[in-house]
Amino acid sequence: MISISELHKSYVTGLNSLHVLKGINLTIEEGEMVSIMGSSGSGKSTLLNVIGLLDAYDTGKYHLNGTLMENMSETKAAWYRNQMIGFVFQSFNLIAFKNAMENVALPLYYQKVGRRKRNKIAMEYLEKVGLADWAHHTPNELSGGQKQRIAIARALISKPKVILADEPTGALDTHTSYEVMELFKEINNAGITVIIVTHEKDISERTKRIIHLKDGLIEKEYKTKLNLSYA
Amino acid sequence: MIDIDKWQEIFHTLKQNRLRTALTAFGIFWGVFMLVIMLGAGSGLENAVYSNMGDFAKNSMFIWAQHTTMPYKGFPRNRSYHFEYSDKYALEENIPEIEIIAPTVNGGGYRQTTLVVHGLKKGEFNVLGKTPQENNIDPVDIAWGRFLNEYDLLERRKSVLLGYRVYEELFDKGEDPVNKYVRINGIYFQVIGVYKSKHSGGWGENQNSEIWIPFSTAQQVYNYPNKVDHFSIVVKPEYEVKQVEGKVMAILAKRHNLHPEDKAAFGYNNVGEEFKKMNGLFLGIRGLIWIVGIGTLLAGIIGVSNIMLIILRERTVEFGIKRAIGATPKKIVMSVLSESVFLTLIAGLVGLMFGVFIIELVNSVIPPDSEMFRNPEVDFKLAVSALIIIIISGMLAGVIPSRRVVSIKPIEAIRSEQ
Repeated sequence: MISISELHKSYVTGLNSLHVLKGINLTIEEGEMVSIMGSSGSGKSTLLNVIGLLDAYDTGKYHLNGTLMENMSETKAAWYRNQMIGFVFQSFNLIAFKNAMENVALPLYYQKVGRRKRNKIAMEYLEKVGLADWAHHTPNELSGGQKQRIAIARALISKPKVILADEPTGALDTHTSYEVMELFKEINNAGITVIIVTHEKDISERTKRIIHLKDGLIEKEYKTKLNLSYA
Repeated sequence: MIDIDKWQEIFHTLKQNRLRTALTAFGIFWGVFMLVIMLGAGSGLENAVYSNMGDFAKNSMFIWAQHTTMPYKGFPRNRSYHFEYSDKYALEENIPEIEIIAPTVNGGGYRQTTLVVHGLKKGEFNVLGKTPQENNIDPVDIAWGRFLNEYDLLERRKSVLLGYRVYEELFDKGEDPVNKYVRINGIYFQVIGVYKSKHSGGWGENQNSEIWIPFSTAQQVYNYPNKVDHFSIVVKPEYEVKQVEGKVMAILAKRHNLHPEDKAAFGYNNVGEEFKKMNGLFLGIRGLIWIVGIGTLLAGIIGVSNIMLIILRERTVEFGIKRAIGATPKKIVMSVLSESVFLTLIAGLVGLMFGVFIIELVNSVIPPDSEMFRNPEVDFKLAVSALIIIIISGMLAGVIPSRRVVSIKPIEAIRSEQ
């Protein structure tokens, strides 16, 4: 699904250059559930952004679903993001003035699906995350866990191949975090690749494989017990 | 199909800060309003001046005899002379550029009035000998009867055409004057019609106070066997009056033994040139109006653009999210553009309507025969071009801000809040 080799990325601000990713080699198969761990500044979010085509890389190779992602126009990148990737962010990033259903339906809007049809599909996904009753509430009327589940429904609606979650539980309490992780597990069981960036050990242990990043390099990676239980 | 989401977004952003939206819209409103008002005022001024001119043949000139100012062929200077009817043929034959040439003779001399009587009513009026061609040079409206014709001239009929003011003074209100008789200078003339001047203001008043009789009759009655007071000359549309002016003078000088250089022996009035000057003046006024109007509008556009920049900065995260879930840059640019076009269009339309309303109001207040201001109007073409300008300005106002939005990387946009 995702194969990355010798990936380098640095941020240039004025005369200073910050080398963030220093040669990442990584392969993630379809249907995997992976967490990327590391301390602040280790480059884990940058890696996720590169995978999510939100950011460009400098050198190396990145294949998504067998296609080399290189020199992409913003329009092309937007198309890939819409078709292949679903994002879940730490701060939910819902559109404040749209209600839950409209937020979930938004990716379909960019696929030019008609309003009635996409709202119907959005309701189905809200059903899946257990928030059908909240469809007509705006995000500020919802709790953090509810918001994150709506964000997940939004990420799922375009039937992506990969879900990328950047600290999805960072703003949630432990109980809600585990609920959200359960939801990710269900999604993964449906065959969608899930990649979660986190710095919480208990969260990462709820994925099947953990990749540790340190100073822009992969320090270690291993499979969790969870993996075995499903084997 | 109406894109509800798009409109929802537009209304949401504009509603978010009503005062800001209102002030921004006011900039555009004011620009369009001023443009419309000024254009209307300009057209009012123009209409007033042109209506003063009536349907006067624009390509025309007048020439009349004055005293000579140079001695020539043994004649002294300051000699008085007059044109003759035969000059008409000489001019027609020798100057092919001439389309119409009509002589006029003033009964009793220039601006001398004659006693005119009908029954118990009487008045002093200017009596002029005219030809039927006159109606092709400075047309009048016929209120009763008909204009002079060739038979009137040929048979030296004692026919008379009354100006409307003359009719009002000599006849009862609503009385049909045709075929009635009036006594002019002791001679009875039969009324063939009444005319109304097409000029407005003082010019029209003067013309309506005249009495027109056949040119040939006037010569006989006033004992001017061969005198012409002035020629009205219309030049064919493909020629300039200025080119013909000199030729006319040269021929007349030769026929009346005037010094070829003695231009002051003629009085003349080049209507063509007057018209040109006036056209130039109004062109200038119109140009100025557009420059000032567009300038005002431009200030409004800059205001909108500025506000859009602020709004977009506030919405950076939102656009970042949208791009993360698949919005193309084009989609984002379009949504920003439609927002600014919507704002400018609404504000512009209100300005346009308000401007037209004010102009109509002014129009209903000023007297219809005002010489200074008449029929201020904003025609349909103008309204459409104003509308196009508004739409284009809306786009211009959105272009720079939207480009800025797209130039930021989506991830930076999302993070900008955190």
